[in-house]
Amino acid sequence: MAGWLIIALALALAPLALGSGRWVEFLELTLFVAVLGQGWNVLGGYGGQYSFGNAVFFGTGAYVQALLQYRFGISPWISLWFAIAGTAAVGAAIGWLSFRYGLRGSYFALITLAFAEAFHVLARSFPSITEGGRGVQLALNQDPDRALATFQFNFAGSFLAENGFYYTILAVFLASAFATWRMERTRFGAQLIAVRENEDAAQALGIDAFRVKLGAISISAAITAAAGVYYVQKYLFIEPGIAFGTSKSVEALFAPIIGGLGTVVGPLLGSFFIHGVGEAAKATIGQALGDRPGVDLILFGTILILVLAFLPRGLAGLWAALWRRLTGGDGNA
Amino acid sequence: MLEVRGLSRSFGGLKAVDDVTLSVPRGQIVSLIGPNGAGKTTLFALISGFLKPDSGRVSFEGRDITGHKPHAICRAGIVRTFQVVQPFAGLSVHENIAVGAHTRLRDRDEALERAREVAHRVGMGAMLDRPASALTIAGRKRLELARALATDPRLLLLDEVMAGLNATEIGELVEVIRAIRDEGVTIFLIEHVMQAVMRLSDYTHVLNHGAMIASGTPREVTSAPHVIEAYLGHGAAARLAELEAGHA
Repeated sequence: MAGWLIIALALALAPLALGSGRWVEFLELTLFVAVLGQGWNVLGGYGGQYSFGNAVFFGTGAYVQALLQYRFGISPWISLWFAIAGTAAVGAAIGWLSFRYGLRGSYFALITLAFAEAFHVLARSFPSITEGGRGVQLALNQDPDRALATFQFNFAGSFLAENGFYYTILAVFLASAFATWRMERTRFGAQLIAVRENEDAAQALGIDAFRVKLGAISISAAITAAAGVYYVQKYLFIEPGIAFGTSKSVEALFAPIIGGLGTVVGPLLGSFFIHGVGEAAKATIGQALGDRPGVDLILFGTILILVLAFLPRGLAGLWAALWRRLTGGDGNA
Repeated sequence: MLEVRGLSRSFGGLKAVDDVTLSVPRGQIVSLIGPNGAGKTTLFALISGFLKPDSGRVSFEGRDITGHKPHAICRAGIVRTFQVVQPFAGLSVHENIAVGAHTRLRDRDEALERAREVAHRVGMGAMLDRPASALTIAGRKRLELARALATDPRLLLLDEVMAGLNATEIGELVEVIRAIRDEGVTIFLIEHVMQAVMRLSDYTHVLNHGAMIASGTPREVTSAPHVIEAYLGHGAAARLAELEAGHA
């Protein structure tokens, strides 16, 4: 808990210490992927249900947020609740269809991938609703006095214009981390972990595995949708490829797997590591080879394989092991 | 308390459980024995909802629970352990047992406290913080029992909790199981360790090729010729009797 206060404080003060610009951008992207990762982690890390299609939740959240404003002029502060709740409902529906028929492991992974692709096609195929492949472009607010009301910080005065969305995603991240931390300490959390560890044994002990998994996928969807809301407000634009493409699904699972599955801090550690390495790769290998796109992906792939082979509990597990060695005790770090 | 009527289940052409009728009276320890492959574990799976019967009825405390889901049956008051132990390997002993305790208790602290009590009851008080994956086979069997007990059952189905234990460990577990019965939990157990069956059971059922072939007190059942033949083969009872006569 003390560790989290330090992390939260450091992240809150970072823009003041780093000045604005490149490093705050870096942290903002890190936090964004950490939120995607936390969403995935609730279902995948705690519940053992590996989704390959969490983009379906990111995209649904983003599209609901964008379309309610675009079509009906609803305030973004109101539409965001519809985006989050609506996506949780979509999560429950996908979960109902998948878990009802006992899909586990790679079958569940494939069905989520299929849902993300289906939503991708749907978003392209109904231009009268979604504007199709062109995407939804929200009107830019240029009135500084309406910056807060429109949830757009571009003209809100220099500090907010520079850092408004950094604090937005920081707030979302801290909320998602707190929710996960709380969940770990409830009956629901204990039952979710039990389902991950052994579904038959969990059911023998009175756990309705189906309902527990439905709960987890709904929470996962809600957290991931919040990242979509942030994305739409920051870029004022969403299109099918960004919303439902595989890249968000992959980022969502990279961060917790590298950082530490089923730990609250894992997605943040993993995201920090991925983007740190990505930046370093671009600065060194990228420079040497003349800035070819994709160099960082080769590196990610290599790192992922190494982590899976040697650090099954991710960076969080490595940290705990180092801590034990340093302190010489066997207490939990 | 538990009534099983005409329960059958086939796999392909094999009748794994064939028209089994039995009852387990409240407050007793009833055992189920029989050669390997006789259908004992299948019968437990049918009672606890892991398999659905082709025909027949299971009722518990007068309520029909045939074909109900495993979690619902657990909440109704019947809990099973697994012959092949199924610990939550990534969790500590304490957390494992707390999962069971949560079946009746929502609050995390209450569940952890209850888990601690149960652990002491089955002699695992000193192992609370140990990872379940680090337990010996005897420890894992005890953990199965503890987790099941933490759900606060009225009927406990124990599937070979003695298998793989040494004589001392069996002796200890026999005492633990007796103590559980004395606190009011009815027990129905599958067991191969005859020493434990004889010492524990008030009543014994014998299953062979899916069908019930004998019921009675442990002593009656184990001296019945057709039970001996089920275990040792045709003609074995007669040969044993001859041997006994020879010694006399």
